[in-house]
Amino acid sequence: MSDVILEIRDVETYYGKIHALRGISFSVEAGEIVTLLGANGAGKSTTLRTISGLNRAKAGSISFMGEEITTKSPHEIVSMGLIHVPEGRRIFKGMTIKENLELGSFTLKDESERRRRMEHVYELFPVLHERRQRDAALLSGGEQQMLAMGRALMTDTKLLLLDEPSMGLAPFMVQGIMKIIKRLNAEGVTILLVEQNAKAALKLADYGYVLETGEIVVKGKAGKLQQDESIVKAYLGE
Amino acid sequence: MSTLDILLQQLANGLILGSFYALVALGYTMVYGIIKLLNFAHGDLYMCGAFIGFLFLSLVSGLLGESWGGILCSMILSMITVGLLGVLIQRVAYLPMLAAPRLSILITALAVSMVLSNGVMALTDGEYEAFSTDLGFEGLEMGNVFVTYTQIALVVSAALLMVTLFFFINRTMYGKAMRAIAIDQDACRLMGINVNKVITLTFFIGSALAAAAGVMAGVYYGSVHFFMGFVIGLKAFTAAVIGGIGSIRGAMLGGLVLGLLEAFGTQIPFIGSEWKDVFSFGILILLLVFKPTGLLGKTEIERM
Ligand SMILES: Nc1ncnc2c1ncn2[C@@H]1O[C@H](COP(=O)(O)OP(=O)(O)OP(=O)(O)O)[C@@H](O)[C@H]1O
Ligand SMILES: [Mg+2]
Repeated sequence: MSDVILEIRDVETYYGKIHALRGISFSVEAGEIVTLLGANGAGKSTTLRTISGLNRAKAGSISFMGEEITTKSPHEIVSMGLIHVPEGRRIFKGMTIKENLELGSFTLKDESERRRRMEHVYELFPVLHERRQRDAALLSGGEQQMLAMGRALMTDTKLLLLDEPSMGLAPFMVQGIMKIIKRLNAEGVTILLVEQNAKAALKLADYGYVLETGEIVVKGKAGKLQQDESIVKAYLGE
Repeated sequence: MSTLDILLQQLANGLILGSFYALVALGYTMVYGIIKLLNFAHGDLYMCGAFIGFLFLSLVSGLLGESWGGILCSMILSMITVGLLGVLIQRVAYLPMLAAPRLSILITALAVSMVLSNGVMALTDGEYEAFSTDLGFEGLEMGNVFVTYTQIALVVSAALLMVTLFFFINRTMYGKAMRAIAIDQDACRLMGINVNKVITLTFFIGSALAAAAGVMAGVYYGSVHFFMGFVIGLKAFTAAVIGGIGSIRGAMLGGLVLGLLEAFGTQIPFIGSEWKDVFSFGILILLLVFKPTGLLGKTEIERM
């Protein structure tokens, strides 16, 4: 029996008059890695921003672990264990790496739990431990991505939304990040992965959706999508 | 008095003046850091703090006297009341304007400033009120330099408040959230931070610090007046800019630097104390020309 952890139904989102999401529906099952693909401007980031509450859906409904979250504010959604790592990482430059991680645990009340999670993050990303007292702005792009992901794991994370974690990274770094995603998933975190790098994402994922101008145009098992050259050519520009 | 004595005496005066400036500048800089608003009503909160402290002191003096017990109690009550007043202003006047163009909220701040100062003027008929305390005139004498215990206590209280704030900002989760919101609000939301709550807290703390400075100024000068917030508002703004607006340490440093510069400035031949405001705003202009980001400010420059 598989459990649906995230369910999106007929969601529409606007930026002023721009109709960015035109009624999309999909679901994510607990324990899966699901990837959301699409070209620039397709609406991938908007989908994630609508789920985490940064943008408000104008129509439709979103539920997480059986609870309706469509009109909840981001901080309430985070405290339920739905964590969004945004496009461009958005780490706090000017604060130390350790402080960045602590902020990730803002919703935790228990100090020992905070310490335990920080150790886990340091074990996943040893470079963060080495530089913990340094300004986060001094990290390289790949290290910033590690910090953004580490920060998202500082709480009781059940579903992780990742927006283009491989953006701007050297190929070996992309591999490293993908490995980490796989490991987190094995540790029990469900993952919704937005990627432009369709090949890397489909290799990892169980299931995939392709977005085009605010609508889902293709969906299927990742293995199937991977083999279907026409899909990759038509929608993913490769 | 020798020149050295004069300089030492001015050092003491400068520290007192500087700690008032620093306390008020902190609120300016915290609010600017978190919502990029120059809160022109901030000096008026200092003035309200002085008056409310004056009111509470006359209420509690029967019980606690007009010495430190009564003063401390009325200062704390004034900090809480003015803190809540600051929160009310944020909720009613500023929150609805956050999405509007920057200039609109700036004009709102000017309006709030006028409402507060004119309100107090109407209530007090524009009169000076004597802030009567019972602290005596004893003090420390070092050579020809004399500092009263009251003056020492004022500087120490200001320092304690600043150390507490520094600890809060750097060591507590809410303090860290405050700094993080100044960097990236949306990212803070994704950390589970209730951004509006933290903004409210910032207004509370900034306003309470201004109120503390207001009560201290009442004790120091012996009287309060509806117009007392105007000049110190500008001075605190100057101090915040000297230190680098948005920077907490900068506000503390800027306040002290400005206080000391003013105190010593009055000793320069031909620049008597009546020129001291010209002197401090002259410094502001010079700084804006040569180092617009202030002593500890970031390189980001924004046009209002
Ligand atoms: N803040 C905004 N204001 C106005 N329009 C926006 C805003 N953000 C996105 N859009 C528009 O919404 C649509 C979807 O954008 P979105 O950022 O979700 O795309 P994306 O799939 O994430 O693209 P990319 O791969 O470039 O990140 C685009 O047409 C974009 O121009
Ligand atoms: Mg995007």
